[in-house]
Amino acid sequence: MPEITRDEVAHLATLARIDLSDAELDHLAPQLSVILESVASITGVAGDDVPPTSHAIPLTNVFRDDVVTPSLTAEQALAMAPASEQQRFLVPRILGDEQ
Amino acid sequence: MAADLASGATTSVALTRAHLDRISAVDGAVHALLHVDAEGALAQAAASDARRAAGSPASGLDGVPIAVKDVLATEGLPTTCGSKILEGWVPPYDATVAARLRAAGLPILGKTNMDEFAMGSSTEHSAYGPTHNPWDLDRIPGGSGGGSAAAVAAFEAPLAIGTDTGGSIRQPGAVTGTVGVKPTYGGVSRYGLVAMANSLDQAGPVTRTVLDSALLHEVIGGYDPMDSTSIDEPLGALADAARQGAAGDMTGVRIGVITELGGEGYQAGVQQRFDEAVALLVKAGAEVVEVSCPSFVHALAAYYLIMPSEASSNLARFDAMRYGLRVVPDGDPSAEDVMRASRDAGFGDEVKRRIILGTYALSSGYYDAYYGQAQKVRTLISRDFEAAFAQADVLVSPTAPTTAFKIGAKLDDPVAMYLNDVATIPANLAGIPGLSLPAGLAPEDGLPVGFQVLAPALADDRLYRVGAALEALLENEWGGALLDRAPALEEATA
Repeated sequence: MPEITRDEVAHLATLARIDLSDAELDHLAPQLSVILESVASITGVAGDDVPPTSHAIPLTNVFRDDVVTPSLTAEQALAMAPASEQQRFLVPRILGDEQ
Repeated sequence: MAADLASGATTSVALTRAHLDRISAVDGAVHALLHVDAEGALAQAAASDARRAAGSPASGLDGVPIAVKDVLATEGLPTTCGSKILEGWVPPYDATVAARLRAAGLPILGKTNMDEFAMGSSTEHSAYGPTHNPWDLDRIPGGSGGGSAAAVAAFEAPLAIGTDTGGSIRQPGAVTGTVGVKPTYGGVSRYGLVAMANSLDQAGPVTRTVLDSALLHEVIGGYDPMDSTSIDEPLGALADAARQGAAGDMTGVRIGVITELGGEGYQAGVQQRFDEAVALLVKAGAEVVEVSCPSFVHALAAYYLIMPSEASSNLARFDAMRYGLRVVPDGDPSAEDVMRASRDAGFGDEVKRRIILGTYALSSGYYDAYYGQAQKVRTLISRDFEAAFAQADVLVSPTAPTTAFKIGAKLDDPVAMYLNDVATIPANLAGIPGLSLPAGLAPEDGLPVGFQVLAPALADDRLYRVGAALEALLENEWGGALLDRAPALEEATA
């Protein structure tokens, strides 16, 4: 029976860049195990002869001409930014001290 | 309403003001709307009246007000997706659906409540509090588009837009006694629709009648170069199909009842109203066949792997860098620290559950067993539909296995919550269109039951033909519309 342990949930949360509190880990880990158990029946349903479907309606790739069209101004694009400076998004440091 | 506008019996400003008044009076109890734009709606209504006076209305629905689910970007109007992470976000552009509504002259009354990022079947997962079902305020209005369905059922808006990833238009329609349509995937542009699961998401109409849905579908549908999955094919004559269907003649129409979507697990009163509706269609000349879709038993599992996988990737964009909530922890936090803190503070439980589940299903070592298998099951489901549509023009089932449950009843039991979508999910996995319309009230609880009609991809017109026929047959039996029997909502005096 598949099970997601509390440690695994903590690891997945790190991968997904979400800081889960201890209380959230206690709450979510058992729920995720139950959900996983309910979907586990799917393993082995379809054999190698069944092709996967990623997109239900067949479409061919769509290209457009490479021409410039009107787009948002820098002011519009930055209007909802948490912080900006000199027409750019202002973000916290992305490197550690030792880098 | 459109006819009254055309004849001059009313004006768009009068209609819009009446709906804004109704919102003020009842939305305190229903909580269908997250934002109301009275000033904007009235300005659009005045412009509509001016166009009509000049003899040049922009469309058949010019002047009819509408509410839009808060997952579609609306320029200058807040768009939160029911999430704290987007609280106060005002998009700098319109989704194609919103732009087409404006171009067709429909004043936008406001934005409707929803489960956070459309994840849920009850609208209880909204960060801004649940919406209440107008039939019984202690019950859920369905989800994720419970706000749109409740607004239409409570006469706060004559029309609304919803989105349907696993049933979020049709299931709320079913439990609120309204009509909801999920068009063929690619039939309505997803540009500006905040993605949950892009291979499944589809915007569509939420209305009180089948013809209204067809008219609204014609306004919002059709090819859009801004959406690479948009289908470059004509929509078909949807409103004409609805008008033809309303004559009630079903001679020569083959209707397939899906064996796997009924019986065990379906509330007795839901099954009863469904069976009665099928009998009415037979009486009107339809030929009914039983069709079996054996892979549907795996649809829910496939959906709850594909959807979280796509969602975990899509929701990575909420990183607190360019827009949305930014939480800065103490000390000298890095960008990654800020992301982690912001995403923890901004996302609710259900969103976190799905992101973690999706991250798990996509991890190396599990990918083939879960996500890969789910995509294969998707192929099997499409094959089942193909085989079934060889025997029938449309397929039918109850829309949801039960009527509306009590608010809070399934909030901490995600698997029980997911079961609400068991009958609607196959259509999303196969990309085909589906419609839900009211089939009556379940005898045991007096709550609305939904009847689902499914058609092959790009045959959306069949939904409207059969849906309008059944609607006419049922209303003939009832002596009026189902919503006429909804309890009156107490109007708060402002």
